[in-house]
Amino acid sequence: MKLVIGWLYASTMNIYGDRGNVIALHRRAEWRGIRVEIREIGIGDPIPEDVNCFFWGGGQDQEQAAVAADMQGTKGEALRAAIEDGASLLAVCGGYQLLGHEYRPHNAAPQPGVGLFDAVSTAGPERFIGNVIVESEWGELVGFENHSGLTTLGPTATPMGRVRVGRGNNGRDGTEGARYRNAVGCYLHGSLLPKNPALADWLVERALARRRGDVQLEPLPDTIESMAHAEAVARAAATR
Amino acid sequence: MAPETITRRDPRLIAALTAAKVTSAAIRRAGRGGGTAAPGLVAERIDPSLLGKIARRLPSGAIVVAGTNGKTTVSRMLADILQAHGLRVAHNRSGSNLARGVASALASQADLFGNPRADIGVIESDEAAFPEIARQVQPSLVILNNLFRDQLDRYGELDAIASLWRPALQRLPETTTLLVNADDPALAALSEAIPARRVTFGLDDRNPRYLLDAIPHAADAKVCRTCGDVLTYDRLYSAHLGAWRCPKCGATRPPLDFAGTNLALHGVDALDLDVARASSPDHPLSLRLAIPGLYNAYNAVAAAAGAATIGIPAGTIASALGDYRSAFGRIERVTYRGHLLTLALVKNPVGFNETLRMLTIATGGLAAPTLIAINDLTADGRDVSWLWDVDFELLADGTAPLSTTGIRAADMANRLKYAGLHANRIYPLDADLATGLDTFVDALPAGAPGYVLLTYTALLGLRQVLADRGAVEQFWEQ
Ligand SMILES: [Zn+2]
Repeated sequence: MKLVIGWLYASTMNIYGDRGNVIALHRRAEWRGIRVEIREIGIGDPIPEDVNCFFWGGGQDQEQAAVAADMQGTKGEALRAAIEDGASLLAVCGGYQLLGHEYRPHNAAPQPGVGLFDAVSTAGPERFIGNVIVESEWGELVGFENHSGLTTLGPTATPMGRVRVGRGNNGRDGTEGARYRNAVGCYLHGSLLPKNPALADWLVERALARRRGDVQLEPLPDTIESMAHAEAVARAAATR
Repeated sequence: MAPETITRRDPRLIAALTAAKVTSAAIRRAGRGGGTAAPGLVAERIDPSLLGKIARRLPSGAIVVAGTNGKTTVSRMLADILQAHGLRVAHNRSGSNLARGVASALASQADLFGNPRADIGVIESDEAAFPEIARQVQPSLVILNNLFRDQLDRYGELDAIASLWRPALQRLPETTTLLVNADDPALAALSEAIPARRVTFGLDDRNPRYLLDAIPHAADAKVCRTCGDVLTYDRLYSAHLGAWRCPKCGATRPPLDFAGTNLALHGVDALDLDVARASSPDHPLSLRLAIPGLYNAYNAVAAAAGAATIGIPAGTIASALGDYRSAFGRIERVTYRGHLLTLALVKNPVGFNETLRMLTIATGGLAAPTLIAINDLTADGRDVSWLWDVDFELLADGTAPLSTTGIRAADMANRLKYAGLHANRIYPLDADLATGLDTFVDALPAGAPGYVLLTYTALLGLRQVLADRGAVEQFWEQ
């Protein structure tokens, strides 16, 4: 069994501690004796065949436009095909926006998306900043949002969860993120997975299960993770 | 440059200054500290151009220092050098670096007619406030240190600062000198083709001991601002700072007018370096500083270059910098219950990486048990995700234990776990700073030293705890 992480645009879209998510996937597999390889997929690189778990972080506007162009055509198709075939994926902020149909920035041309999620994102007038708690099928997810983009889900999209604390996709409908098959996109940026090990383990499990049926990961002693989760819940309650 | 006439009376300015002084006195009588911007707020309501009016009357003009890391240190170093040269310096030393705080500081150092009781101004400017401060002050010299990710939840993204600065730098007149860190590719690009005179500084040391092999994760500006290709480095010193070039379009670090060379870092205690001027490369200025770390080498080059640019003699620069002691919170030493504690402020990934480098460069691993205190209040940055951009992985090989405290003690402990530290070295302690400190100190061997790394409000809190308990200051500056 091998976890092959495809880290999309590791050098250009990687802010707000996004790499914490890759570190969490890596460690949690390694602690169970699972071999891990990390493939960085930059601008101009093809999607490697053997990746079973993707991560795509957030970026600044300049970088995001170049990445949107790179994902058009065969590369975006290859990523969609991998997800249809059961690969897992986590995308945050900019990566999440570019997995929808389109991202429309302020005063600049719309950036075409991959179309994996039935969603459209638009630059909004306000920045949503703060601690977030989301009710989801992976339990209570804690994180921090910092985005001015507003995402509206289409009729065929499923949200990742519903915000109990925080603004979520657009500040109006209470949804946060999107989910399609084993792909999850959301605005809970950097270091989402280290504090939410249930979601991290699900992504690892789904990745390993691609082409080999059911996989059950052994539980890990998550004492410090649970403390960090509880601390984040308390901060979200106290600060928003 | 001729100052505006001293005798001209400006009724609005006089009213504003009177109100500011009344407010300051009221704050002092009430015994409240920290209200450094309140007199500026009152005065600004009466005369919105007060800052510029006072600054432009400074006989030798004003110097504005901005940039993510080191602006406090560089402006304090410069003020010390100018004072050593016999100049009276108006300086917003007590803290606030927003336009209002600068106005307050200058108002408190002026008479009621708005005539400054100083010869020259040294103004530390917040990144976001820089365009407004530069517009009002019309500085003779601007020093830009670097541009890093810092408190992103306050400013939005780094591009936002760059796009604020671009027009502000274009507006600087030909009579202004812009001293810019050319090792920072973003600053080099922002300062291209502007009317002001550009003077560059940076490091040009070739000792492999002080070079990084690969660009650290926390670095920001990795792409060429001309063509978008990924930059490469002939020599990389810190974060994205170094001798950079673009393999595609040929853009490269501009030649350095002032270059730091012959660097020698002495752990947490001191550093030596030479500052060579391109116009007289054979006569470098040799500096010995009683402050540590590679980031302070950059600060010293910036301050020395700034002072040399305005004609301060080399001997004065070297002796003032030799006497310079750490600015608030950078490195402090305190004896508490028989233990020498070294306190360091950590406020962003780049600064944290440099501190970890400083603590491990002499010995290869952490030499002493370490306490890390992380808060997430506004002044610390409410988002603690930045801890994942710090390279704690380089602590994985040592044996010294690491304890955590502060509001985000558990988050910090979790970060250390995922950095690959053995579980038996990680101690998540109580979030309360006083309790955390005592648990940490209780576990130290008798008489053994410890390191304490803290975010801004955790440092303020811990200093209060130490002061309440009568801990002996070795050196720190109020
Ligand atoms: Zn280029």
